[in-house]
Amino acid sequence: MTKPHVAVFDYGIGNIHSAVKAVERAGATVELTRDKKKCAEADGLLVPGVGAFAAVMQALNEADGGEIIERRVAGGRPVLGICVGMQIMFDRGVEHGIDTEGLGQWPGVVHQLEAPILPHMGWNTVDAPADSALFRGIRDERFYFVHSYAATEWSLDVIRPFPEPHVTWARHGQRFIAAVENGPLSATQFHPEKSGEAGIALLGNWLGTL
Amino acid sequence: MSVAIRVIPCLDVANGEVVKGVNFKNLRVMGDPVELAMSYFADGADEITFLDVSATVEDRSTMYDVVARTAEVVFIPLTVGGGVRRVDDVSRLLASGADKISVNSAAIARPELLDEISRKFGSQVLVLSLDIKRADHTPSGFAVTTHGGRQLTDRDALEWTREAIDRGIGELLVNSIDADGTKTGFDLQLIREIRDLSSVPVIASGGAGSVEHFAPAVEAGADALLAASIFHSREVAIAEVKSELAAHGYAVR
Repeated sequence: MTKPHVAVFDYGIGNIHSAVKAVERAGATVELTRDKKKCAEADGLLVPGVGAFAAVMQALNEADGGEIIERRVAGGRPVLGICVGMQIMFDRGVEHGIDTEGLGQWPGVVHQLEAPILPHMGWNTVDAPADSALFRGIRDERFYFVHSYAATEWSLDVIRPFPEPHVTWARHGQRFIAAVENGPLSATQFHPEKSGEAGIALLGNWLGTL
Repeated sequence: MSVAIRVIPCLDVANGEVVKGVNFKNLRVMGDPVELAMSYFADGADEITFLDVSATVEDRSTMYDVVARTAEVVFIPLTVGGGVRRVDDVSRLLASGADKISVNSAAIARPELLDEISRKFGSQVLVLSLDIKRADHTPSGFAVTTHGGRQLTDRDALEWTREAIDRGIGELLVNSIDADGTKTGFDLQLIREIRDLSSVPVIASGGAGSVEHFAPAVEAGADALLAASIFHSREVAIAEVKSELAAHGYAVR
Protein backbone atom coordinates (compact mmCIF):
# COMPACT_ATOMS: atom_id res chain seq x y z
CA MET A 1 0.00 0.00 0.00
CA THR A 2 1.39 3.38 -0.91
CA LYS A 3 1.44 6.03 1.78
CA PRO A 4 -0.96 8.97 1.44
CA HIS A 5 0.70 12.24 0.44
CA VAL A 6 0.05 15.29 2.59
CA ALA A 7 0.86 18.89 1.78
CA VAL A 8 1.50 21.03 4.87
CA PHE A 9 0.46 24.52 3.82
CA ASP A 10 3.53 26.72 4.28
CA TYR A 11 2.05 30.21 4.23
CA GLY A 12 4.53 31.67 6.70
CA ILE A 13 2.74 30.95 9.98
CA GLY A 14 2.61 27.98 12.29
CA ASN A 15 4.71 25.37 14.03
CA ILE A 16 5.34 23.63 10.75
CA HIS A 17 8.41 21.67 11.80
CA SER A 18 6.52 19.49 14.29
CA ALA A 19 3.46 19.14 12.07
CA VAL A 20 5.57 17.71 9.24
CA LYS A 21 7.34 15.22 11.49
CA ALA A 22 4.15 14.13 13.28
CA VAL A 23 2.26 13.50 10.02
CA GLU A 24 5.26 11.53 8.73
CA ARG A 25 5.27 9.52 11.95
CA ALA A 26 1.54 8.87 11.47
CA GLY A 27 2.29 7.26 8.12
CA ALA A 28 2.27 9.79 5.28
CA THR A 29 4.78 11.31 2.93
CA VAL A 30 4.79 15.03 3.62
CA GLU A 31 5.69 18.08 1.63
CA LEU A 32 5.96 21.59 3.00
CA THR A 33 4.65 23.87 0.27
CA ARG A 34 2.61 26.91 -0.69
CA ASP A 35 2.47 25.91 -4.35
CA LYS A 36 -1.18 25.99 -5.46
CA LYS A 37 -0.93 22.97 -7.71
CA LYS A 38 0.83 20.85 -5.08
CA CYS A 39 -1.66 21.94 -2.41
CA ALA A 40 -4.52 21.05 -4.76
CA GLU A 41 -3.17 17.67 -5.79
CA ALA A 42 -2.02 16.24 -2.44
CA ASP A 43 -4.23 13.55 -0.89
CA GLY A 44 -4.60 15.73 2.16
CA LEU A 45 -3.89 19.39 2.96
CA LEU A 46 -2.90 20.33 6.49
CA VAL A 47 -3.43 23.97 7.49
CA PRO A 48 -1.43 24.90 10.61
CA GLY A 49 -1.80 28.21 12.41
CA VAL A 50 -0.64 29.97 15.56
CA GLY A 51 -0.79 33.55 16.76
CA ALA A 52 -3.40 36.18 16.09
CA PHE A 53 -6.48 35.43 13.94
CA ALA A 54 -5.94 38.62 11.91
CA ALA A 55 -2.27 37.86 11.24
CA VAL A 56 -3.08 34.31 10.18
CA MET A 57 -5.85 35.50 7.83
CA GLN A 58 -3.55 38.08 6.29
CA ALA A 59 -0.81 35.53 5.63
CA LEU A 60 -3.38 33.04 4.34
CA ASN A 61 -4.87 35.59 1.95
CA GLU A 62 -1.43 36.54 0.63
CA ALA A 63 -0.88 32.87 -0.24
CA ASP A 64 -4.38 32.49 -1.80
CA GLY A 65 -5.19 30.11 1.05
CA GLY A 66 -8.91 30.77 0.93
CA GLU A 67 -9.13 29.76 -2.71
CA ILE A 68 -6.96 26.67 -2.21
CA ILE A 69 -9.06 25.46 0.72
CA GLU A 70 -12.38 26.36 -0.95
CA ARG A 71 -11.53 24.40 -4.08
CA ARG A 72 -10.38 21.34 -2.18
CA VAL A 73 -13.49 21.29 0.00
CA ALA A 74 -15.78 21.83 -3.01
CA GLY A 75 -14.09 18.89 -4.72
CA GLY A 76 -14.41 16.67 -1.66
CA ARG A 77 -10.64 16.64 -1.06
CA PRO A 78 -9.65 16.43 2.62
CA VAL A 79 -8.33 19.43 4.56
CA LEU A 80 -7.29 19.43 8.24
CA GLY A 81 -6.98 22.75 10.10
CA ILE A 82 -5.06 22.93 13.37
CA CYS A 83 -5.50 25.53 16.16
CA VAL A 84 -5.87 28.95 14.48
CA GLY A 85 -5.95 26.88 11.27
CA MET A 86 -9.31 25.66 12.61
CA GLN A 87 -10.51 29.05 13.89
CA ILE A 88 -10.17 30.71 10.47
CA MET A 89 -12.65 28.19 9.01
CA PHE A 90 -15.42 30.09 10.87
CA ASP A 91 -17.12 33.31 9.72
CA ARG A 92 -15.22 35.72 11.95
CA GLY A 93 -12.68 36.05 14.72
CA VAL A 94 -12.75 38.78 17.36
CA GLU A 95 -9.49 39.43 19.24
CA HIS A 96 -8.73 42.57 21.29
CA GLY A 97 -11.78 44.21 19.70
CA ILE A 98 -10.48 43.54 16.19
CA ASP A 99 -13.15 41.80 14.15
CA THR A 100 -11.61 39.84 11.26
CA GLU A 101 -13.38 38.00 8.50
CA GLY A 102 -12.56 34.29 8.36
CA LEU A 103 -12.97 31.83 5.50
CA GLY A 104 -16.63 31.26 6.36
CA GLN A 105 -16.63 27.52 5.80
CA TRP A 106 -18.63 27.28 9.02
CA PRO A 107 -21.01 29.77 10.65
CA GLY A 108 -19.98 31.32 13.94
CA VAL A 109 -17.60 33.67 15.66
CA VAL A 110 -14.32 32.80 17.37
CA HIS A 111 -14.05 34.86 20.55
CA GLN A 112 -12.18 34.95 23.85
CA LEU A 113 -13.05 32.16 26.26
CA GLU A 114 -14.60 33.17 29.56
CA ALA A 115 -12.19 31.52 31.97
CA PRO A 116 -10.23 32.66 35.04
CA ILE A 117 -6.90 31.57 33.56
CA LEU A 118 -5.95 32.21 29.93
CA PRO A 119 -4.43 30.99 27.69
CA HIS A 120 -6.06 27.58 28.06
CA MET A 121 -2.71 25.82 28.09
CA GLY A 122 -2.16 22.14 28.60
CA TRP A 123 -3.67 18.68 28.27
CA ASN A 124 -7.43 18.46 28.38
CA THR A 125 -10.09 15.84 27.83
CA VAL A 126 -12.51 15.97 24.90
CA ASP A 127 -16.03 14.73 24.37
CA ALA A 128 -16.09 13.15 20.91
CA PRO A 129 -19.14 11.61 19.23
CA ALA A 130 -19.05 7.80 19.25
CA ASP A 131 -18.99 7.57 15.45
CA SER A 132 -16.18 10.13 14.98
CA ALA A 133 -13.58 9.01 12.45
CA LEU A 134 -10.82 11.25 13.88
CA PHE A 135 -11.16 9.82 17.39
CA ARG A 136 -11.73 6.21 16.35
CA GLY A 137 -10.04 3.88 18.83
CA ILE A 138 -8.87 6.82 20.97
CA ARG A 139 -10.54 6.81 24.37
CA ASP A 140 -9.71 8.53 27.67
CA GLU A 141 -6.80 10.42 26.15
CA ARG A 142 -5.91 14.05 26.65
CA PHE A 143 -4.83 16.48 23.93
CA TYR A 144 -2.59 19.54 24.10
CA PHE A 145 -4.35 22.89 23.82
CA VAL A 146 -2.86 26.36 23.76
CA HIS A 147 -5.32 29.13 22.90
CA SER A 148 -7.37 31.92 24.44
CA TYR A 149 -10.04 32.07 21.73
CA ALA A 150 -12.49 29.48 20.47
CA ALA A 151 -15.84 28.90 18.80
CA THR A 152 -18.44 28.06 21.44
CA GLU A 153 -21.47 27.47 19.26
CA TRP A 154 -22.18 25.16 16.37
CA SER A 155 -25.02 26.15 14.10
CA LEU A 156 -24.35 24.65 10.67
CA ASP A 157 -27.54 23.58 8.94
CA VAL A 158 -26.73 20.52 6.89
CA ILE A 159 -28.87 19.82 3.87
CA ARG A 160 -29.41 16.18 3.03
CA PRO A 161 -27.89 14.10 1.50
CA PHE A 162 -24.78 15.58 3.14
CA PRO A 163 -23.93 13.76 6.37
CA GLU A 164 -24.29 15.44 9.76
CA PRO A 165 -20.96 16.84 10.92
CA HIS A 166 -19.26 15.40 13.99
CA VAL A 167 -18.52 18.04 16.59
CA THR A 168 -16.19 17.31 19.52
CA TRP A 169 -16.39 19.54 22.59
CA ALA A 170 -14.03 20.44 25.42
CA ARG A 171 -14.33 22.71 28.44
CA HIS A 172 -12.16 25.48 29.90
CA GLY A 173 -14.26 27.99 31.80
CA GLN A 174 -16.93 27.35 29.22
CA ARG A 175 -17.72 24.71 26.62
CA PHE A 176 -16.00 25.18 23.27
CA ILE A 177 -15.50 23.31 20.01
CA ALA A 178 -12.41 21.09 20.18
CA ALA A 179 -12.77 19.43 16.77
CA VAL A 180 -15.05 19.32 13.75
CA GLU A 181 -15.43 16.68 11.05
CA ASN A 182 -17.59 18.07 8.27
CA GLY A 183 -17.25 15.99 5.09
CA PRO A 184 -13.80 16.68 3.62
CA LEU A 185 -13.13 19.56 6.04
CA SER A 186 -11.84 18.60 9.49
CA ALA A 187 -10.15 20.66 12.15
CA THR A 188 -8.88 20.52 15.72
CA GLN A 189 -8.51 23.36 18.21
CA PHE A 190 -5.82 21.33 20.02
CA HIS A 191 -2.43 20.43 18.54
CA PRO A 192 -2.37 16.74 17.52
CA GLU A 193 1.28 17.18 16.52
CA LYS A 194 2.04 18.11 20.16
CA SER A 195 -0.29 15.59 21.80
CA GLY A 196 2.10 12.66 22.07
CA GLU A 197 0.99 9.21 20.92
CA ALA A 198 -2.71 10.12 21.12
CA GLY A 199 -2.10 12.96 18.67
CA ILE A 200 -0.17 10.70 16.29
CA ALA A 201 -3.06 8.19 16.47
CA LEU A 202 -5.54 10.95 15.59
CA LEU A 203 -3.41 12.07 12.63
CA GLY A 204 -3.25 8.41 11.58
CA ASN A 205 -7.05 8.28 11.67
CA TRP A 206 -7.21 11.36 9.46
CA LEU A 207 -4.73 9.77 7.02
CA GLY A 208 -7.04 6.75 6.97
CA THR A 209 -9.81 8.94 5.52
CA LEU A 210 -7.67 10.21 2.62
CA MET B 1 -13.13 17.64 33.01
CA SER B 2 -10.35 20.09 33.50
CA VAL B 3 -6.93 20.79 32.16
CA ALA B 4 -4.30 18.47 33.65
CA ILE B 5 -1.50 19.60 35.94
CA ARG B 6 1.62 19.51 33.79
CA VAL B 7 4.87 17.91 34.90
CA ILE B 8 7.85 19.40 33.09
CA PRO B 9 11.45 18.24 33.22
CA CYS B 10 13.90 21.07 32.62
CA LEU B 11 17.17 20.39 30.88
CA ASP B 12 19.88 22.97 31.47
CA VAL B 13 21.98 22.93 28.33
CA ALA B 14 25.43 24.42 27.80
CA ASN B 15 27.22 24.04 24.49
CA GLY B 16 24.92 21.16 23.45
CA GLU B 17 25.22 19.15 26.69
CA VAL B 18 22.83 18.85 29.63
CA VAL B 19 24.17 20.27 32.88
CA LYS B 20 22.62 21.01 36.25
CA GLY B 21 24.15 22.56 39.30
CA VAL B 22 23.11 23.30 42.83
CA ASN B 23 22.10 26.96 43.16
CA PHE B 24 23.22 27.39 39.56
CA LYS B 25 26.90 27.00 40.52
CA ASN B 26 29.29 24.11 39.88
CA LEU B 27 27.55 22.98 36.71
CA ARG B 28 28.24 19.36 35.87
CA VAL B 29 27.53 17.52 32.63
CA MET B 30 24.69 14.99 32.64
CA GLY B 31 24.16 13.89 29.03
CA ASP B 32 22.77 14.46 25.56
CA PRO B 33 19.70 16.76 25.57
CA VAL B 34 17.95 15.07 22.62
CA GLU B 35 18.30 11.60 24.17
CA LEU B 36 17.12 12.84 27.56
CA ALA B 37 14.16 14.65 25.97
CA MET B 38 13.19 11.45 24.13
CA SER B 39 13.32 9.42 27.30
CA TYR B 40 11.18 11.99 29.16
CA PHE B 41 8.67 11.97 26.29
CA ALA B 42 8.47 8.18 26.62
CA ASP B 43 8.11 8.52 30.41
CA GLY B 44 5.03 10.75 30.07
CA ALA B 45 6.44 14.27 30.49
CA ASP B 46 3.80 16.85 29.52
CA GLU B 47 6.31 19.32 28.12
CA ILE B 48 10.07 19.68 27.90
CA THR B 49 11.98 22.84 28.78
CA PHE B 50 15.50 23.57 27.58
CA LEU B 51 17.33 26.32 29.40
CA ASP B 52 20.46 27.45 27.60
CA VAL B 53 23.08 28.27 30.21
CA SER B 54 25.94 28.64 27.73
CA ALA B 55 28.50 31.22 28.68
CA THR B 56 29.05 32.62 25.21
CA VAL B 57 27.00 33.49 22.14
CA GLU B 58 29.03 30.98 20.07
CA ASP B 59 28.17 28.14 22.43
CA ARG B 60 24.54 29.23 22.34
CA SER B 61 24.25 28.73 18.58
CA THR B 62 24.41 24.95 19.16
CA MET B 63 20.94 25.27 20.72
CA TYR B 64 19.19 25.67 17.35
CA ASP B 65 20.45 22.27 16.28
CA VAL B 66 19.48 20.67 19.60
CA VAL B 67 15.96 22.16 19.31
CA ALA B 68 15.54 21.02 15.69
CA ARG B 69 16.66 17.47 16.43
CA THR B 70 14.41 17.27 19.50
CA ALA B 71 11.32 18.58 17.69
CA GLU B 72 11.72 15.81 15.11
CA VAL B 73 11.33 13.02 17.64
CA VAL B 74 9.49 14.49 20.64
CA PHE B 75 5.78 15.19 20.07
CA ILE B 76 5.01 17.31 23.11
CA PRO B 77 5.52 21.07 23.56
CA LEU B 78 9.07 22.29 23.77
CA THR B 79 9.99 25.51 25.59
CA VAL B 80 13.39 27.09 25.12
CA GLY B 81 14.92 29.82 27.25
CA GLY B 82 18.26 31.31 28.15
CA GLY B 83 19.95 34.14 26.35
CA VAL B 84 16.87 35.27 24.42
CA ARG B 85 17.49 38.98 23.83
CA ARG B 86 15.84 39.98 20.57
CA VAL B 87 12.76 39.25 18.50
CA ASP B 88 15.12 37.63 15.98
CA ASP B 89 16.25 35.09 18.61
CA VAL B 90 12.62 34.12 19.14
CA SER B 91 12.00 33.89 15.42
CA ARG B 92 14.96 31.58 14.96
CA LEU B 93 14.08 29.31 17.90
CA LEU B 94 10.48 28.98 16.72
CA ALA B 95 11.70 28.19 13.21
CA SER B 96 13.95 25.50 14.69
CA GLY B 97 10.91 23.80 16.25
CA ALA B 98 10.41 25.40 19.67
CA ASP B 99 6.78 26.00 20.71
CA LYS B 100 7.36 28.48 23.50
CA ILE B 101 10.20 30.83 24.34
CA SER B 102 11.07 31.94 27.83
CA VAL B 103 12.56 35.36 28.39
CA ASN B 104 14.26 36.52 31.57
CA SER B 105 17.06 39.06 32.00
CA ALA B 106 16.61 40.75 28.63
CA ALA B 107 13.02 41.70 29.50
CA ILE B 108 14.10 43.21 32.80
CA ALA B 109 16.66 45.31 30.96
CA ARG B 110 14.13 46.28 28.28
CA PRO B 111 10.49 45.41 29.13
CA GLU B 112 9.25 46.43 25.65
CA LEU B 113 10.79 43.18 24.39
CA LEU B 114 7.75 41.39 25.85
CA ASP B 115 5.31 43.57 23.86
CA GLU B 116 7.32 43.05 20.69
CA ILE B 117 7.38 39.25 21.01
CA SER B 118 3.72 38.87 21.99
CA ARG B 119 2.59 41.20 19.20
CA LYS B 120 4.58 39.36 16.58
CA PHE B 121 4.08 35.72 17.63
CA GLY B 122 1.15 35.80 20.08
CA SER B 123 1.06 35.50 23.86
CA GLN B 124 0.95 31.72 23.68
CA VAL B 125 4.64 31.49 22.72
CA LEU B 126 5.88 33.85 25.42
CA VAL B 127 6.88 32.60 28.86
CA LEU B 128 8.29 35.07 31.38
CA SER B 129 10.94 33.32 33.43
CA LEU B 130 11.33 34.82 36.89
CA ASP B 131 14.27 34.05 39.18
CA ILE B 132 12.96 35.34 42.48
CA LYS B 133 14.75 35.83 45.77
CA ARG B 134 13.45 36.99 49.13
CA ALA B 135 14.76 40.48 49.88
CA ASP B 136 14.18 43.35 52.30
CA HIS B 137 14.41 46.15 49.77
CA THR B 138 11.19 45.52 47.82
CA PRO B 139 7.56 46.10 48.98
CA SER B 140 6.49 42.45 48.57
CA GLY B 141 9.64 41.02 50.13
CA PHE B 142 10.43 39.28 46.84
CA ALA B 143 12.95 40.69 44.37
CA VAL B 144 13.78 39.78 40.79
CA THR B 145 17.28 38.50 40.11
CA THR B 146 19.15 38.16 36.84
CA HIS B 147 21.99 36.01 35.54
CA GLY B 148 20.63 32.80 37.01
CA GLY B 149 20.07 34.29 40.44
CA ARG B 150 23.51 35.78 40.84
CA GLN B 151 22.50 39.45 40.50
CA LEU B 152 19.81 40.98 42.66
CA THR B 153 17.83 43.83 41.07
CA ASP B 154 15.72 46.63 42.57
CA ARG B 155 12.59 45.27 40.92
CA ASP B 156 9.78 43.97 43.07
CA ALA B 157 8.92 40.49 41.84
CA LEU B 158 5.14 40.85 42.13
CA GLU B 159 5.09 44.31 40.57
CA TRP B 160 7.21 43.03 37.66
CA THR B 161 4.88 40.05 37.23
CA ARG B 162 1.86 42.37 36.93
CA GLU B 163 3.65 44.55 34.39
CA ALA B 164 4.73 41.54 32.31
CA ILE B 165 1.16 40.18 32.19
CA ASP B 166 -0.01 43.59 30.94
CA ARG B 167 2.69 43.45 28.28
CA GLY B 168 1.21 40.24 26.90
CA ILE B 169 3.07 37.23 28.28
CA GLY B 170 1.20 33.92 28.09
CA GLU B 171 2.72 32.05 31.01
CA LEU B 172 4.93 32.52 34.09
CA LEU B 173 7.84 30.30 35.07
CA VAL B 174 8.36 31.11 38.73
CA ASN B 175 11.72 29.90 39.96
CA SER B 176 12.61 30.41 43.59
CA ILE B 177 16.33 31.08 43.86
CA ASP B 178 16.07 30.53 47.63
CA ALA B 179 14.62 27.04 47.12
CA ASP B 180 16.50 26.09 43.95
CA GLY B 181 18.85 23.19 44.56
CA THR B 182 17.88 22.83 48.22
CA LYS B 183 15.55 19.85 47.64
CA THR B 184 13.40 21.03 50.55
CA GLY B 185 10.27 21.70 48.51
CA PHE B 186 8.79 24.48 46.39
CA ASP B 187 8.43 28.00 47.83
CA LEU B 188 4.69 27.77 48.55
CA GLN B 189 4.27 31.33 49.75
CA LEU B 190 5.82 32.66 46.55
CA ILE B 191 3.55 30.46 44.41
CA ARG B 192 0.47 31.66 46.33
CA GLU B 193 1.35 35.31 45.92
CA ILE B 194 2.02 34.97 42.20
CA ARG B 195 -1.15 32.90 41.70
CA ASP B 196 -3.25 35.56 43.43
CA LEU B 197 -2.26 38.21 40.92
CA SER B 198 -1.83 36.13 37.77
CA SER B 199 -4.41 35.55 35.05
CA VAL B 200 -1.97 33.39 33.06
CA PRO B 201 -0.79 29.84 33.87
CA VAL B 202 1.92 29.53 36.53
CA ILE B 203 4.75 27.00 36.40
CA ALA B 204 6.38 26.44 39.79
CA SER B 205 10.09 25.73 39.84
CA GLY B 206 12.89 25.31 42.34
CA GLY B 207 13.23 23.10 45.36
CA ALA B 208 11.63 19.78 44.37
CA GLY B 209 13.46 17.11 46.37
CA SER B 210 10.93 14.32 46.75
CA VAL B 211 7.67 13.12 45.27
CA GLU B 212 5.75 14.58 48.22
CA HIS B 213 6.80 18.12 47.31
CA PHE B 214 4.65 18.37 44.16
CA ALA B 215 1.04 18.25 45.43
CA PRO B 216 1.50 21.15 47.91
CA ALA B 217 2.70 23.36 45.03
CA VAL B 218 -0.51 22.60 43.12
CA GLU B 219 -2.50 23.33 46.28
CA ALA B 220 -0.68 26.69 46.43
CA GLY B 221 -1.86 27.46 42.89
CA ALA B 222 0.63 26.07 40.37
CA ASP B 223 -0.74 24.93 36.99
CA ALA B 224 2.48 23.14 36.13
CA LEU B 225 5.52 21.85 37.99
CA LEU B 226 9.05 22.03 36.72
CA ALA B 227 12.05 20.17 38.07
CA ALA B 228 15.49 19.17 36.84
CA SER B 229 18.00 17.27 38.94
CA ILE B 230 15.42 15.14 40.77
CA PHE B 231 14.36 13.71 37.40
CA HIS B 232 17.81 13.53 35.79
CA SER B 233 19.27 11.63 38.75
CA ARG B 234 16.35 9.16 38.57
CA GLU B 235 15.50 9.84 42.21
CA VAL B 236 11.88 10.43 41.18
CA ALA B 237 10.16 9.35 37.95
CA ILE B 238 7.62 11.51 36.09
CA ALA B 239 5.05 8.71 36.54
CA GLU B 240 5.53 8.77 40.33
CA VAL B 241 4.79 12.50 40.42
CA LYS B 242 1.64 11.93 38.34
CA SER B 243 0.46 9.14 40.67
CA GLU B 244 1.08 11.33 43.68
CA LEU B 245 -0.90 14.22 42.15
CA ALA B 246 -3.73 11.88 41.13
CA ALA B 247 -3.83 10.50 44.69
CA HIS B 248 -4.44 14.09 45.85
CA GLY B 249 -7.34 14.43 43.43
CA TYR B 250 -5.59 16.49 40.76
CA ALA B 251 -6.15 15.77 37.07
CA VAL B 252 -3.06 14.42 35.34
CA ARG B 253 -2.43 13.05 31.88
